[in-house]
Amino acid sequence: MCDQTFVAATFGPCESCGKASPLMNIYIKTEAINFCSFCVELMTCQVLQGGESVASLKRESDNLKKKLEEERGKLNDIELHQVAEKSEVLGAFAIKTRRLLKGHGNKVLCMDWCKDKRRLVSSSQDGKVIVWDAFTLNKEHGVTLPCTWVMACAYAPSGCAVACGGLDNKCSVFPLSLDKNENLNAKKKSVAMHTNYVSGCTFTSSDMQILTSSGDGTCALWDVESGQLLQSFHGHTADVLSLDLAPSETGNTFVSGGSDMKANIWDMRSGQNIQSFETHESDINCVKYYPSGDAFASASDDATCRFFDLRADREVAIYQKDSIIFGASSVDFSLSGRLLFAGYNDYTINVWDVLKGTRVSVLFGHENRVSRLRVSPDGTALCSASWDNTLRIWS
Amino acid sequence: MSSKMQSSSSTAQARRMVQQLRIEASFERIKVSKASSDLMRYCGEHAKNDPLLMGIPASENPFKDKKPCTVL
Repeated sequence: MCDQTFVAATFGPCESCGKASPLMNIYIKTEAINFCSFCVELMTCQVLQGGESVASLKRESDNLKKKLEEERGKLNDIELHQVAEKSEVLGAFAIKTRRLLKGHGNKVLCMDWCKDKRRLVSSSQDGKVIVWDAFTLNKEHGVTLPCTWVMACAYAPSGCAVACGGLDNKCSVFPLSLDKNENLNAKKKSVAMHTNYVSGCTFTSSDMQILTSSGDGTCALWDVESGQLLQSFHGHTADVLSLDLAPSETGNTFVSGGSDMKANIWDMRSGQNIQSFETHESDINCVKYYPSGDAFASASDDATCRFFDLRADREVAIYQKDSIIFGASSVDFSLSGRLLFAGYNDYTINVWDVLKGTRVSVLFGHENRVSRLRVSPDGTALCSASWDNTLRIWS
Repeated sequence: MSSKMQSSSSTAQARRMVQQLRIEASFERIKVSKASSDLMRYCGEHAKNDPLLMGIPASENPFKDKKPCTVL
């Protein structure tokens, strides 16, 4: 009985079809081509249509880009804030810090709420991940990762596990147990493996799958149980800094934003990049879907937050002020989507009226830059994490 | 498994970009006025359920400042 082993020099995404498979590394006129065997056959059978050179492809891509601009421009018949003049002006806004979560020894980089609306998980630069009860300020669980800069953490939809990742290039899942004394590290499961830092992670609709974004320019969907890569998403030309899943009613898509100033919408099943938005002038630090799933907002180092409508396929609002010169690191919507909370590197949180484009309020309190903010699942509170080692709950 | 996406073939890269642009060009778009009014409608419908927008009375706010309470 002999096993038929498949000998391949490399494994990865095929440069032609994009599917991850064993690649045949061949050279055509000194150009290295890494296609899967199927595409190599296709290529040898195909006759390149009349002079398909880089130059002609470039011309075609320039023409397509121009055509896209025109098409998008034709539909821009009115601005969002003009349509919103009909809606009522928001009253005086008064929320303040209700809880101050102290306990991290270093910059808090990320946080996420649990669906039970009271627990949250936070991660920091010193490798610590803490699960808090926001009502009582109790620290329920704590685990120390062997790496520093845990930039991403997420709570599982069931509330029974947390995922975190960062400079270790991995995303690990920790099942939470009721036994406080149990060492969480013992049950740790490494799920994702990237070739650069993990910048963001989120569970999909169940505890079984995780979506991660990485400094290696890709996003990936993993199966938690087996650690297998289910789908990878290529298209960004620089680090991917953030991702957000579409709200469940609207299907299997997610948005990602990166250092290439682009925000891309992806289909989770096919791995296809459906839409792309490139109006920011600097790195996009955070992206978040609007509650209806038809739009999303982004926060960027260019000191603006922008609002993009997916069905109109364009940017429909910019939230900026001359007095704001520091980059925005994180955004989230209130439950109805009328308010946009944005955390900035100048230690403040600005609250914007999404429809009218005006600033409603500024929240002061943090003593260093705000790294992440999230509205609780029932919309009653806002939690902000900061480089001043604390988290604040505003309500 | 996830090698860096370095395409040494510029033709392949240009072809990919053209394919991507073709996909994006075929997208069905709607007018901004329609999209905006839909967004406004969504906000209006859900505004009354939005605690941060409407404000909640202190008695219902789970995060209200702690006062001494008696344990029954």
